[in-house]
Amino acid sequence: MAKSKSAYSVAGKKEKLDTHIIVVWVDNEAGVLARVVGLFSGRGYNIESLAVAEIDQKLNISRITIVTTGTPQVIDQIKLQLKKLVPVHKVADFKREDKNVIFKEMALFKIVGNSTKIEKAFKACKKHDAVILDSTKKSKVIQITALRREIDNMAKNLKKFGLISVSRTGAVAMTRGDKVFK
Amino acid sequence: MPKLFSGAEIVFKCLEDQGVSHIFGYPGGAVLPIYDELKNHKSVKHILVRHEQGAGHAAEGYARSSGKPGVLLVTSGPGATNAVTALTDAYMDSVPLVCISGQVPTHLIGTDAFQECDTTGITRPCTKHNWLVKDINDLAEVMHKAFEVATTGRPGPVLVDIPKDIQFQKAPYKKLKKKTKLNGSGHNHYSQESIDELIKLMSKATKPIFYTGGGVINSGPKASELLRELVYATGFPITTTLQGLGSFPGDDNQFLGMLGMHGTYEANNAMYECDLMINIGARFDDRITGKIDEFSPKSKKVHIDIDPSSINKNVKVDLAIVGDVKSVITSTLKTLKKSKPSFIKSNKQKTSKWWEKIQKWRSKRSLDYIGSEETIKPQYAIERLYELTKDKDTYITTEVGQHQMWAAQHYKFNKPNRWMTSGGLGTMGYGLPAAVGVQVAHPQKLVIDIAGEASVLMTMQEMSTAVQYGLPIKIFILNNEYMGMVRQWQELLHDKNYSESYTAALPDFVQLAEAYGCVGLRAKTPEELDDKIIEMLNTDRPVIFDCLVDKQENCFPMIPSGKPHNQMILGPKDKEQNKITGKGRALV
Repeated sequence: MAKSKSAYSVAGKKEKLDTHIIVVWVDNEAGVLARVVGLFSGRGYNIESLAVAEIDQKLNISRITIVTTGTPQVIDQIKLQLKKLVPVHKVADFKREDKNVIFKEMALFKIVGNSTKIEKAFKACKKHDAVILDSTKKSKVIQITALRREIDNMAKNLKKFGLISVSRTGAVAMTRGDKVFK
Repeated sequence: MPKLFSGAEIVFKCLEDQGVSHIFGYPGGAVLPIYDELKNHKSVKHILVRHEQGAGHAAEGYARSSGKPGVLLVTSGPGATNAVTALTDAYMDSVPLVCISGQVPTHLIGTDAFQECDTTGITRPCTKHNWLVKDINDLAEVMHKAFEVATTGRPGPVLVDIPKDIQFQKAPYKKLKKKTKLNGSGHNHYSQESIDELIKLMSKATKPIFYTGGGVINSGPKASELLRELVYATGFPITTTLQGLGSFPGDDNQFLGMLGMHGTYEANNAMYECDLMINIGARFDDRITGKIDEFSPKSKKVHIDIDPSSINKNVKVDLAIVGDVKSVITSTLKTLKKSKPSFIKSNKQKTSKWWEKIQKWRSKRSLDYIGSEETIKPQYAIERLYELTKDKDTYITTEVGQHQMWAAQHYKFNKPNRWMTSGGLGTMGYGLPAAVGVQVAHPQKLVIDIAGEASVLMTMQEMSTAVQYGLPIKIFILNNEYMGMVRQWQELLHDKNYSESYTAALPDFVQLAEAYGCVGLRAKTPEELDDKIIEMLNTDRPVIFDCLVDKQENCFPMIPSGKPHNQMILGPKDKEQNKITGKGRALV
């Protein structure tokens, strides 16, 4: 180790990182997203994706879904820190491997080229609930819903068929079965 | 039709309902309607500071010495940004503050108007919560909520940003619904089982220690009384953090002194060697733990804290009890008396070896220093100040640096809320305005700011405030002409390259005092020190005391960086002094 002249202790051992999906129910008010996101950036937590929208217009509640990585200790801190924010109602946390939870992301692909290529692209997308949203002689916009890595792979594979633009959402999550998170 | 009040009137009605008697502030364009309304509310006294940072620290001093929230009132733009340091300071040290800031009129927000800034954006990371009030009908509710958020749970600062047009608009006033108490019991989330578990751990331990912090003070004076009862009932040794000083009598035999980077040898070694650590209202700060991997390796750790996010943040603990200190200690004492009435007797034998060990560490006398007859040693100055003021109910504030650590080491506190220092943020310039706030809250008491000459120059302008309101604060400057702590680190770690840590062209503090209209005193030799201190204490006006001390003195003992608690370096008086080499240099 190089000689350090710092007034602070040296960093400890690096621990394994897990991927978690954190779901936060918040009051839909000005600045609430900034509070949540600012907490992550301010404390050096990771955000891999983020999805947010109002889910209850009467109660004015928004649901924020954040995909993050961290050591178990960091994931705990994320939850506890989120719970301290005044507009936060509840916080749920799922491991990505959790079989009882459904995760979905949506992506839009714009394919430009001749009809053979476009057809091949659509075929490749079919296993991910492909829907054609727009169609011209030279182009198609295809919507798929899938997991993050599946979309990563699709985006890579479709390049050769004339993929020129990708737009995707962050992951959203919901538990399976009749139970809801309280 | 209900009676309508202007936004400015509503602000004051809320302050009155909340029982606020003093606010610290500075007027400006965007808060003028509120200032205009001030004359109609005699129960709220305004203290005009000379800089908004001063308002913030004064409000902190007021809050920490009185247990009530501190309130500051600042204008938009620079008024708000100047308050940011104080808000961050209060956030780090859990001080309840309510900051009311003016904002440009609603229709100008976002247009880069004169003295506009994104105040809620800037203060979001340094407040518990903040509000931009865009509707006059929300104002009263937001104001009351602000006080609730600031004072409940782990206390902290909040900010209410009020655009100027809202201050003029009218609405009915909504009264405060229910009374909120400081640290309401709604924050207790522990079960009797965890208290039983704690008692079990306590009865098994042979090398126990209490490690207590500012949470005890924040829980109210009763918590400090209960802590004493608990410590006496168990016979365990106790060490406190910088912020916990005063929660337990500093001259008691069970007290091992402060722990951490400049803590005592016995406190730090006991933390390292213990088999049971009971943390009450402290947060395992990095100045306390040193190297986390080697922090107290053999102990079971219990953490009592009101803030769930403090648990397992830095150090993993075996038993977490989330709740208000006062209530947790009450439950613990109750259970202890019921289930183990003879605890102290059965326990004394078990811990007798432990106490022997502690006595051995104690005999190192780690706070000792080499005295001098020619120059005033800074430690000696603090010792004399303590001896000459200990019979009065003295309130001490400090700036940040060597003098702060010497004050923490050598001034003994016996009561909570008597010691105000910037620990978390380490804000130079905190002590003088904080002393102003303390004196406002306690007009009849002796208030001393133990200062360094570099720190105190950062907020020196507040002497003018002290003079204006006849606040007889005493600024006791340990003047070594250096930024002492910077110089110490440069000496120990950077090959004595004293880069920019010497202050040339210092003002003559005695003349400066006179220029402000207060009293200046100077002590140059140990011989005259007592007389001068007595002269200071006998002066019923603000005093700047220029105490010329040894320029080379370093603050010992210390845990060098990268070292665990059991590898402290002791002062020059200890002959076996280790040199800091290699890895250790990282940790200082």
